[in-house]
Amino acid sequence: MSKKIFMRGNEALAEAAIIAGCRYFFGYPITPQNEVPAYFAMRLPQVKGTFLQAESELAAINMVFGASAAGARVMTSSSSPGISLKQEGISYLAGAELPAVIANIMRGGPGLGNIAGAQGDYFQATKGGGHGDYRIIVLAPYSVQELADLTVLAFDLADTYRMVCMILGDGYLGQMSEPLVLPKPSSKHFDKSGWALNGAKGREPHIIRSLRLNPEHALEDLNVKLQKKYQTVAQNEIRYEEYKTDDAEYLLVGFGICSRIIKAAINGLRDKGVKAGLFRPVTLWPYPYQALQNCAKNVKKVLVVEMNAGQMVEDVRLALNGAVPVDFIGRMGGMIPEVEDIIERIESYAA
Amino acid sequence: MQLNTKNQLQENLIFTRPSSLNARPHHFCPGCGHGIVHRLLAELIDEFDIRQNIILVAPVGCGVLAYFYINVDGCEAAHGRVPAVATGLKRVHPDNIVIGYQGDGDLLAIGIAETIHAANRGENITIIFINNALYGMTGGQMAPTSLVGQKTKTSPYGRSVEEAGYPLKACELLATLAAPVFIERTSVHSIKQIIKTKKAIKKGLSNQIKGKGYSFIEVLSMCPTGWGMKPQAAVEWIETHMVPYYALGNLRDR
Amino acid sequence: MNEKIIFAGFGGQGIILAGKLVCIAAMNEGKYVSHIPSYGAEMRGGTANCAVVIATEEIPSPMVFNPTVCVALNLPSLKKFESRLSAGGVLIYNSSLIENGPQRNDIVAIPVKANELAEQAGSYKAANMVAIGALLKANMQIASLQAVKDALSQAVSKRNLSFNDINKKALTLGFESVKTALH
Repeated sequence: MSKKIFMRGNEALAEAAIIAGCRYFFGYPITPQNEVPAYFAMRLPQVKGTFLQAESELAAINMVFGASAAGARVMTSSSSPGISLKQEGISYLAGAELPAVIANIMRGGPGLGNIAGAQGDYFQATKGGGHGDYRIIVLAPYSVQELADLTVLAFDLADTYRMVCMILGDGYLGQMSEPLVLPKPSSKHFDKSGWALNGAKGREPHIIRSLRLNPEHALEDLNVKLQKKYQTVAQNEIRYEEYKTDDAEYLLVGFGICSRIIKAAINGLRDKGVKAGLFRPVTLWPYPYQALQNCAKNVKKVLVVEMNAGQMVEDVRLALNGAVPVDFIGRMGGMIPEVEDIIERIESYAA
Repeated sequence: MQLNTKNQLQENLIFTRPSSLNARPHHFCPGCGHGIVHRLLAELIDEFDIRQNIILVAPVGCGVLAYFYINVDGCEAAHGRVPAVATGLKRVHPDNIVIGYQGDGDLLAIGIAETIHAANRGENITIIFINNALYGMTGGQMAPTSLVGQKTKTSPYGRSVEEAGYPLKACELLATLAAPVFIERTSVHSIKQIIKTKKAIKKGLSNQIKGKGYSFIEVLSMCPTGWGMKPQAAVEWIETHMVPYYALGNLRDR
Repeated sequence: MNEKIIFAGFGGQGIILAGKLVCIAAMNEGKYVSHIPSYGAEMRGGTANCAVVIATEEIPSPMVFNPTVCVALNLPSLKKFESRLSAGGVLIYNSSLIENGPQRNDIVAIPVKANELAEQAGSYKAANMVAIGALLKANMQIASLQAVKDALSQAVSKRNLSFNDINKKALTLGFESVKTALH
């Protein structure tokens, strides 16, 4: 049994990254994720790593590009407006097939919005925020413990598929402290000597690029290769949690911090004899369409709860394809759905 | 020429392609200065015998395929982000020689923040900056370096100070910073200046090898296509128009 | 048990630490705990607060809108949170700095001379500890006094460890200042 410590989400994220072997962090200040760079600034020099506060989010993501091209485990973190600025770099990372971990500790938008936690970047994260046909793996932790555990996983996924892996948290998760057992480092080893840049000593030069000018179909070839890779990820890496779904008549769906509120509502409903359960996607891309479809087979109604105007609900509808009616509760601008509102809505179905 | 033992004629080449330069036709227009700078860089990589230690970061612009012509590890960078990508590479591999190659739109417009901050941090990298007073790759638009009155695709009546301000001087800007160890502006419009350019790049590389810090070499370079001139006229235009505004010479050598 | 606690006061009164300390003690006793500070622009301008949840079941949200307990170390905090306290809730307030207590009569108000008792313990800085002591007596389910004392070494930063004797005294003085336990 490992010892429980009490740690803030943002700091647990950074410590987990260090446990995962990340020794390079490039970032730019933005609330509510400022504890991430601050923690790296304190810890990385202790483990012979490099922390660099970049001049902008653009510079930070491109420093990540360089460090990743050099073969290092590297990450950056930001919050919604900063992640918008990183999108160009994310597209380049995808095109050059470079692994990187990016944390988005989401805040309220659009625009400058506010600094409270929110989930308004689901579309941006899962449907591509940058240009071109690409995918990134998106992990949605719902507790400080899972935030740390998924951070270690994120580095392995990024290296396995040479892809960007995003941790999609929110301001509440980043700011809150909870008991935590620090995760173990992964035992996986990744050999990057076949592509990383470190000077062409006794080998042909390596070139890291997304540019494909010749022959005419070179860029399509790259895209076909990328899409095959994404298919493999979709086959192998889907993760989700089911809670009290075995006998559920009403299925609630939510991700991240929202799913905790849903769990409390489910317990309240069950106390009243209403059979409700939770389906919680952990990977938002690849999305667990099939698992959700199976889970919703015998339910009367599905209620999706998000801290946005209704983004993941579109994937839920896609998964269920009209087989079950889908309802939605959303709070925006940094507001959190209330347990009572969820209970009331579900009770209204039975009435 | 000399005779070998079999009494056959044999070439004795005294001027060859540097071994670091790939035997591959380049895409540059006739009279363009990029090819000259590529060659100088390849010659120096040979002379320092550092080919197997180089990571070359190519920009978006006419230098985009630099890694295709020079036989070293190469890395793409998004438009303007060469110094940031180079920073990431160098921080991971401080023993590699990291060279950034950039044009004027890349370095002074979209990427001016990265340029100034990498210089200000004193990153131990070498930046080669090709100033040809316009955007070449995209078809000859006005650049931050386009001269007052210069006609381009996006300044068809000539660059006006009222609309677009004055051309930016990269070396003078960077010379306000404390960290850079070497800042020099050269040109490739004459044999004499080509030799000076090679010397400046050589200093920039040797600074990095010695771990001294940030070196910046600006090279005035011909763009006959963009300027709508014959190559010879382009060479003269540098002398008559660019050099008077962009004074050649060293601004820092520590 | 599902206690939703707000700690509030001036920046510098050790509000965030107070919340963290209670969480660590309760965590070590096997309870579910969460802690979230007010952050960003809200922090500027002198008042600080943090929300703490101590529960026997998994905690849905760390945010607290209607606390069951509020610990207010200064007047602006009392004014801000008095109205939000749920009916029957407990309000522990620093009567060293707050002359007029709360107006509501559907709550339990407990005045604590936090500054005086802290001085008595050895430092005015330990007013937060006095308040925690009072809280632990007022609601014995949150955590035991001993668990909180034991948690000090985990919660306090290294450079402040030398104050822990004073902190322990202040905790005890606060605990003893409340005559009857409510729970």
